[in-house]
Amino acid sequence: MCLGIPGQLVELSADNDQLARVDVAGVRRMINIGLLEDEELAPGDWVLIHVGFAMSKIDEEEAAVALASLKLMGSGLEDEMEMLRGTIR
Amino acid sequence: MRFVDEYRDPVASRRVLARIVALAGTERHYKFMEVCGGHTHTIYRHGIEHVLPRNVELVHGPGCPVCVIPMGRIDDAIAVAETPGVIFTSFGDMMRVPGGRGTLLEAKARGSDVRFVYSPLDALKIAVDNPDREVVFFAVGFETTAPSTAVTLLKARADRVMNFSVFSNHVTIVPPVKAILESPDLRLDGFLGPGHVSTVVGNHPYRFVAQEYGLPLVTAGFEPLDILQAIEMLLTQISEGRCEIENQYTRIVRDEGNPRALQFLAEVFELRPHFEWRGLGFIAQSALKLRDEFAPWDAELRFAVPGVRVADPKACQCGEVLKGVIKPWECKVFGTACTPETPIGTCMVSSEGACAAYYNFGRLHREAAVSLGRASA
Repeated sequence: MCLGIPGQLVELSADNDQLARVDVAGVRRMINIGLLEDEELAPGDWVLIHVGFAMSKIDEEEAAVALASLKLMGSGLEDEMEMLRGTIR
Repeated sequence: MRFVDEYRDPVASRRVLARIVALAGTERHYKFMEVCGGHTHTIYRHGIEHVLPRNVELVHGPGCPVCVIPMGRIDDAIAVAETPGVIFTSFGDMMRVPGGRGTLLEAKARGSDVRFVYSPLDALKIAVDNPDREVVFFAVGFETTAPSTAVTLLKARADRVMNFSVFSNHVTIVPPVKAILESPDLRLDGFLGPGHVSTVVGNHPYRFVAQEYGLPLVTAGFEPLDILQAIEMLLTQISEGRCEIENQYTRIVRDEGNPRALQFLAEVFELRPHFEWRGLGFIAQSALKLRDEFAPWDAELRFAVPGVRVADPKACQCGEVLKGVIKPWECKVFGTACTPETPIGTCMVSSEGACAAYYNFGRLHREAAVSLGRASA
């Protein structure tokens, strides 16, 4: 549960500065970006997402590596994606 | 996949391995603990222990948040879940962990409204959508996860969501490391520091490992090459007579951590006087409870939590696995009575648990491990 999944920021929420829409391996959902308030996130940036929260700003390279790792983790990626899809808002 | 290849490049891995072999020599045995369950997973998944020299041993630590929850807390969770009117929400991992009275999944089968959620914010949304029900979130995790619970509680307070509460089982990373260093069972030569926990707490909290115990610690990433590089850094320190806190995972972890996340944690949580850890017993100031200001959202105050203590099943040796005293396959029930499908102990439940990781991947052949880096990416 601690591994996190990389996602790319699509847009920042217009009416809530804590929220942003991300693309995670083709699935889009809102996540909370309140823990990265000091990072000045912008669309196109990559973040590592843990339990619906952006935990770290990462670069494209790290995102690719993290995603590849999850794919290797047996059901790791599918489990994460299933959870993500189940809670799209 | 140009980027990925860099981290799985067999040539790079072999170069680091050659340096590890040279540094380790043959004179003495080195025992390093990887604190984090994510590292344990990488180590078994890629057969890293098979490619290391025989005198460099990795032992697995207590850094799997699912694994360290004692059985009594699961029973407490089930008691809350069985309270009429309650919707009990939990991360999927925790649903299959057996307590003294079975699992949350079994409680659900008996008719309790137990739902799994991806995020604590999803639990809060369920509360908003079900104003006539009490929604409880089963919060587990180290400092990686606790800030998310903190933000959720701040939102619950701001939006006055009064039918939402948190059963906090959040734990902190430093006290169990200290407990292991104080334990006479195990003599270590250094630590691989946890990756994602350190994005929140930074590297400074580990300074006592070097200052008080004279051991090196290197915070490491989750790729096989990360682990190998961190081992090389540990051996380099030892060969140069240094013991310092170093950071291999600089692409994510900053020395000061995430000050914003730490601020949210401090605002919402305070340390418990003591908390029971599976296998490690009671550790002072090792877990987080809600501050008094958040009493209306504290499930432990709002529900009758029995607070039961349940001894682990006699056959289960999760405690010794969590302390690094035995390897998963040395447990009496490993792979026989205890499997990922029918776990007896917590270490077999989570994919980051040492036993589940070893069960799934540990039987890689040495040849497979030597090709480290050729794994499909």
